[in-house]
Amino acid sequence: MGEHAPLLELRAVAKHFGARDVLKNVLLNIASGEFLTLLGESGSGKTTLLRLIAGFEQPTAGEIWMSGERLDVLPPYKRRVNTVFQNYALFPHLSVRDNVAYGLRVQGAPKNEIPGRVAEALSMVKMTAFTAARPSRLSGGQQQRVALARALVNRPQLLLLDEPLSALDANLRKEMQSELKALQREIGITFLFVTHDQEEAMALSDRIALLRDGSLEQVASPRDIYARPATAYTAQFIGQTNLLRSEIRGSIATCGVLRWPVEDADGPAVFSLRPEAIRLSPEGKRQTNEVKFRGSIRQQIYGGASELLEVDCGAGQLLRVRLPACGPLNGERDFVFSIADAIPVTD
Amino acid sequence: MYSRTYKTLVSTPPLLWVGLFLLLPYALMFAHSFWAVQDGVLVHHWNLANYQKLFAKSLYAEVLFRTMRIAVSVMLCSLLLGYPLAYYLSFRSGARKKLLYQLVIVPLWVSYLVRGYAWKTILGSEGVLNGFLQYFHITHEPVSFLLYSPFAVVLVLSHIYTPFVFLPIYASLEHIPRPLVEASQDLGAGSISTFFRVILPLSMPGLLAGATFAFVLSLGDFLAPLLVGGSSGTMIANIVQTLFGATYDWPLGAAISVCILLITLSLLFLTERLERRWSFK
Repeated sequence: MGEHAPLLELRAVAKHFGARDVLKNVLLNIASGEFLTLLGESGSGKTTLLRLIAGFEQPTAGEIWMSGERLDVLPPYKRRVNTVFQNYALFPHLSVRDNVAYGLRVQGAPKNEIPGRVAEALSMVKMTAFTAARPSRLSGGQQQRVALARALVNRPQLLLLDEPLSALDANLRKEMQSELKALQREIGITFLFVTHDQEEAMALSDRIALLRDGSLEQVASPRDIYARPATAYTAQFIGQTNLLRSEIRGSIATCGVLRWPVEDADGPAVFSLRPEAIRLSPEGKRQTNEVKFRGSIRQQIYGGASELLEVDCGAGQLLRVRLPACGPLNGERDFVFSIADAIPVTD
Repeated sequence: MYSRTYKTLVSTPPLLWVGLFLLLPYALMFAHSFWAVQDGVLVHHWNLANYQKLFAKSLYAEVLFRTMRIAVSVMLCSLLLGYPLAYYLSFRSGARKKLLYQLVIVPLWVSYLVRGYAWKTILGSEGVLNGFLQYFHITHEPVSFLLYSPFAVVLVLSHIYTPFVFLPIYASLEHIPRPLVEASQDLGAGSISTFFRVILPLSMPGLLAGATFAFVLSLGDFLAPLLVGGSSGTMIANIVQTLFGATYDWPLGAAISVCILLITLSLLFLTERLERRWSFK
C-alpha cells in the first residue's frame, strides 16, 4: 500500500465508558483505496472504533485525521464518511429510491442530478428492479444492497461497514463477500470493514487489524498475519494452530517429546505450528531441517478436501494435523514438520 | 383447535357487555332522538323535529361550533406541549428519563375535579395569578378573562389532556430504532432535518392517536366548562346535560348526542385511515 497516501489516521485514540477502557491507544493508518478489516471478538472495541470514525461517539483521548483534516471535532453530518449499519437501518417510511436519494437531498445536491445518481447507485448493487419498493418488502440481502447504495451514492472518501453480512445466511454471505470485494475494486473507495468472522476478514481484506480488548494486536495483510502471527492470540484467532509452549536450552527447543534447534536465547518460548504444516512422514530418513515424531491418531474429522487429525504424540501431548483427504487412518504413524514452520510468537 | 363450547363460553361475556352497555344504550339514544315530549311527558311519536330544532336554533349550532373550536384549541395546545416533552424525554433526557416519565404520569393520579378546582383558585379574580399580577403592578385590577371564559376551558383541558397526548407520542418515539437517527446524521442531515425527515414521520401514529384523544375527550367534556367556563365557555355537553336534567327534553338531548357521536365516529374513522397510512411495519 506504499504508493497510496494515508487517508485516515488514528492518533493514539482511546475511549472510556465510565471506568471501562473500550479502546486503548489505537494507532492506525488507512491508505486511500484500501480494504481494511477490523477483526475482533465481540467486546474487543471494533464497533466503538467505527462509531468514533463515523462521529457517533467522541474519543476520550487522541485524534482522528482524514485527508489532512481533523475529523473527530466534526459532527457526523459534516464528515465525508458513510456507514453501512449492521441491521441496515433503512428508513421504513421511504421507498428504496427515496432511501438512496436521502443523502443527496439533505445535502442539497442539484435536483436534476439526483435521479441519475440514484439510478446509477441502484444499478451498481443490482437493485434497479426494486426502485419503488418499501424496505419492509425486501429480503435481508436486498436490504443490504440498498444500504450499500444509500451510502455509496454520496461518494464518501471512506465507507464504514459494521458487520454488514452477519445477518445473512451462509451462502448469501459468500456471494455478497465476492460482490463487495469486486465493487470495492471497481469504485476505489476506501472500505473499513468490521467483522468477528476471521474467514470473512481473510477473504476480503488488503489488511487486517486485529483488535483484542481495545488494543491493536497486529495489523498485516491476510497472508502475513496467517503465516507470521506476532502473538499466540493472533495465531489462535486467525485459523487454527498448535501452540508449542517450549523451553529453550543451549539452542535446543523442547516441547514434550518434540525437540528442534533454534537460534533464540535460553528460556521459555512459544511457537505456533499450523496443523497443515505437519505431514505424514514418508519412508526413508528425515531431512536435517525437519522434526519427526511418532503419534497415535485419537480422532479424525473429515472436512471434504482435508482431514483434521488429533494426534497424541506421547505423554498426553495433543497436536492437530491437517492432511489432504486420504481416507480413514488409525493407529500409530510417523509425522514430520519443517522447523521453519514453527513460528515464534509472544504469549 | 378449541371446542365450540369453549369458544361460546369465552366470547359470551364480552359480547354481552358490548351489547348491554354499548349497543343497547346507543340504540335507545338513537330512538329517543326521533321521539318527542308533550306536556312534560315523553311520547313515542316518530318525527324529525329534534333535528330540525337543532339546526334551526342558532344557539345549539353556536355552542356546537364553540365546542369544536375549543376541542381543536385543546388538541393544538396539548400537542404543542406534549410533543416537545415526549421528544425531550425520549431523545435527550438521558439518565433522568424514568424520573421525568413518572413526573408526567403523576398528575393522572390526581382527580380531575381537584385539578379543575385548583385552576379556579389560580385564575379567579381573587386568585393567585391576579394577586401576582397586581402585586407587581403589572395590572391594577383583576384580569377578568382568566376565569369563566373559553380561554380558561382551553387552559384547564390542555393541562388535563397533555399527558394523554404525551403518552402515545412518547411510545411511538421510543419505538423508533436509534440507528435510523444515526443513519440520517451519517448521510449528512443535521438535527432539524433529521427531525422532519425521519422522527416526525415515524412518530405520526402516536401523534395522530394523541391528537384524537385530546379532541374527542375535549369534545365531550362538561366538567371543565362547568367549573371554569362561565356562560361564555359553555360547551355542548353542558347543553345535553341540561336537556336531560332540568329541561327534561330527552329527545332533543339525544339528537345532539347523536350529532356528537357522528362527529366523533367520523374523526376516529379518519385517524384510523391516517394511522394505517403512516405505519410501516
